[in-house]
Amino acid sequence: MELPLLCPLPAVEPTQILLTHGGGGRLMHRLIERVFAPAFASPHGETHHDGALLPPGGAARLAFTTDAYVVRPLFFPGGDIGRLAVCGTVNDLAMCGARPLYLSAAFILEEGLPLQTLEQVVGSMRQAAHEAGVEIVTGDTKVVERGRGDGLYITTAGIGLVEHGLHVAPASIRAGDAVLVSGDLGRHGVAVLAVREGLDLECPIQSDCAPLAEPVRRLLAAGLQVHCLRDLTRGGLAAALVELAEASGLSIAIDGAAVPLREEVRGACEILGLDPLQLACEGRFLCVLPEEETVRALALLGPEAAHIGRVHASTPPQVTLRGPLGAWRIVEMPSGEQLPRIC
Amino acid sequence: MRFVDEYRHEHSVVRLAEALRRSVTRDWTVMEVCGGQTHAIVRFGIDALLPERLQLLHGPGCPVCVTPVELIDKAIALAMRPEVVLCSFGDMLRVPGSRDSLMTARARGADVRIVYSPLDALRLATELPGREVVFFAVGFETTAPTTAMAVYQARQRGVHNFSLLVSHVLVPPALEAILSSPERRVDGFLAAGHVCTIMGTAQYEPIARQHRVPIVVTGFEPLDILQGLYMVVRQLEEGRAEVENQYSRAVVPGGNRRAQEIIEEVFCVVPRSWRGIGSLPQSGLGLRPDYAAFDAERRFALEASGVQEDKECQSGLVLMGRLRPVDCPAFGTRCTPEHPLGATMVSSEGACAAYYRYRRA
Repeated sequence: MELPLLCPLPAVEPTQILLTHGGGGRLMHRLIERVFAPAFASPHGETHHDGALLPPGGAARLAFTTDAYVVRPLFFPGGDIGRLAVCGTVNDLAMCGARPLYLSAAFILEEGLPLQTLEQVVGSMRQAAHEAGVEIVTGDTKVVERGRGDGLYITTAGIGLVEHGLHVAPASIRAGDAVLVSGDLGRHGVAVLAVREGLDLECPIQSDCAPLAEPVRRLLAAGLQVHCLRDLTRGGLAAALVELAEASGLSIAIDGAAVPLREEVRGACEILGLDPLQLACEGRFLCVLPEEETVRALALLGPEAAHIGRVHASTPPQVTLRGPLGAWRIVEMPSGEQLPRIC
Repeated sequence: MRFVDEYRHEHSVVRLAEALRRSVTRDWTVMEVCGGQTHAIVRFGIDALLPERLQLLHGPGCPVCVTPVELIDKAIALAMRPEVVLCSFGDMLRVPGSRDSLMTARARGADVRIVYSPLDALRLATELPGREVVFFAVGFETTAPTTAMAVYQARQRGVHNFSLLVSHVLVPPALEAILSSPERRVDGFLAAGHVCTIMGTAQYEPIARQHRVPIVVTGFEPLDILQGLYMVVRQLEEGRAEVENQYSRAVVPGGNRRAQEIIEEVFCVVPRSWRGIGSLPQSGLGLRPDYAAFDAERRFALEASGVQEDKECQSGLVLMGRLRPVDCPAFGTRCTPEHPLGATMVSSEGACAAYYRYRRA
């Protein structure tokens, strides 16, 4: 009788992630060669090195950030976890007033993840990096046992250069400043919720997930005195405004009618009992700058941008919103995730 | 947005508010029953448009708020059982029981899932034949028909791993309780439009007659609420006490007969205890004997725990219109959405939550 030989490496190329893919052995190298190296090829990235050696930035200041991405489902209308992982970190750099240059990407893969899924995600990362003008130069891969992860987690870190003398931060905000938003709100939040909860919306809503490096570059290149930038992520406009008010010690008054919202997002919010101001975005930002620069900034940001409010001094600092009937109400920091109502 | 923006039109609202101001000649106190209306009033600042002599009180129409602590504890106990998947509307998850909430139970390993309809919970039961799916059936008459339909279908299709933890309550007995209270301050009611979409308006006729109180079935948008108030005030000023229907685009006098039939098929009227208010006779719905096999309290032999509401929480007074949220000493200090003492601070229809979210100075 002949005993079959047990081999840790499958003879044919596996189509799913196996625990062995994270073992540091041949299969892991094949994964890097097949999936990551071709997608993120860069003159500064060394596929087989522990890190990337980057050229010096000269007199410019460095900006450095990191973020972890867990999203269910991995794919949603208008994007996926890969696009999110690149845009999120690029946007954090852009909000520091930096020009994003290099990203790292660490993957935590769940055993059994179809290789095709990984390739699709990596393909979107490549596309998003291209759009944002950044290179993914170093990375890491780990595999966890089946059931110990939601298919795929990604952590990215990024480095950018601050090539101007402005201090783009909440501390630079002044009373009298204008508050601008770069486009319509809430589409990412509704798009993910709709897929996650199986909601059959009449008009499918696409996520707004996008890199913000280019619009920020335009504002800075035009010489505008940008005081503060803040991207709208979890907690949406409400969270970003309250954070800015608290960090600057100043109040912000918003005109509810000026806040750009698409009809389909408003409709979904009315039906589900969600507050559009608290919905997540992944490709929108607030820009706070001197009132007299409003018109130029809006022209640079494009037709979807809007002047939504004004900074003023009051104690305690708070965010208020003028509603459709002319009454003012406070805008509160969201308390955890929004939960759909009963009726 | 059609069917919404028309009812928030600033010019029409101002005109109606002006008409309301002209029609008030004495002091009147009107209660909006539904928490959805409370939130619209506070969010849009409708109260600021009212004449000084017209005072609004917020009512008990928040199903999450009136669900007894004991039942939330039972839901948590059920959810902690390994075989159970507990399905609930999203509103319920943050509501504190005597020790924790369904949200914290989920963090401790309980399988708690948010559903949008009881029928989603029934579908889950068919997809998970090895598990026991329990739906936490909370709500007024508005949500009762879909709950009833889920149990009806479960019995028809022989889905035996599905059951209900029932806490359905009814609006008319709550109005009776408020009107019978020795500290009655209410001169008129805005009744909840959605409840009447199901039940019609006839149930309110005896209440209006017996207690000499105008009741106007009202919608949820700013113009609806102002028009409802205008209709109540006109009745009060003219000495009338009738049931009128402002929300005629959704409510017909007989209500939705099909919905009533399915409620009647599955449920019967039972006494229920209301959080913060106490036990009210004939104030809720329970499963009929034919459907008793789908009663989770019976199936899992749940014991009454006898726990009490946090003594500091005055949500009962808030729900009865006897205390304004901002006048509660714990409001915004020891009681916040992150650390609620009671349900009115966390429910999307809770009065305390409305003031915290839109009004906190």
